[in-house]
Amino acid sequence: MAVVRVQAEPFEMGAEFAALAGGRTDIGGVGAFVGQVRDAADGRRIVAMTLEHYPGMTERAVSAIAAEAEARWSLLGCTVIHRVGRLLPGEPIVLVLAAAPHRAAALAATGFLIDWLKTRAPFWKKEEYADGASAWVEAREADDAAAARWQQLPA
Amino acid sequence: MTERMLRLLYFAWLRERVGRGEESLALPAEVTTVAGLRALLAARGGGFAALAEGGSVRCAVNQDLAGPATPIGPGDEVAFFPPVTGG
Repeated sequence: MAVVRVQAEPFEMGAEFAALAGGRTDIGGVGAFVGQVRDAADGRRIVAMTLEHYPGMTERAVSAIAAEAEARWSLLGCTVIHRVGRLLPGEPIVLVLAAAPHRAAALAATGFLIDWLKTRAPFWKKEEYADGASAWVEAREADDAAAARWQQLPA
Repeated sequence: MTERMLRLLYFAWLRERVGRGEESLALPAEVTTVAGLRALLAARGGGFAALAEGGSVRCAVNQDLAGPATPIGPGDEVAFFPPVTGG
């Protein structure tokens, strides 16, 4: 069973890694991705980002994505933590860890998880800019394309 | 006239445009699908116009993504929201 959490608090990567892989001798590799808040987008300075979610559906959607990854790559475990609320540049937003016997599965599953999280889990980002304005982030076609490539690949 | 109560949720820029995060709605008996509900709400005008079929706003019924033909029943939770931008 994957570990899935949606939370306002920061996460501690080392602790999550230890919880997933500590003491395990069957795991040959753990893929990891950490998403952070950037300080600029499309040439505008970002001073903060607020992440909104749909309590209940978000947890269900992330759990379904994690279960799909576990099944497709026969993972030995995975962890997905996504933060919500107001975050500052440099703060971590999302953590994905995928554990497998070999690196190919661990790395592929990590890429799949973040690509599908971006396009299939109900989170929405609002950026605050240095000039005081703010705007909701628009969905990007590049993210849809990144997610779609996993449908064409064999499991 | 039969009325059925629905719980409606709105998120992100849609929530701001319609000026509320949720509401209870007494659904007319003739509205039985997501398409019918979209038309009913879009007819309110203003920010609700974004709910019209064919726009970018997505719908979930009881926390599962729903299409135009998805049925709606008493007590359902129906959410409308923009394309997602997490990760």
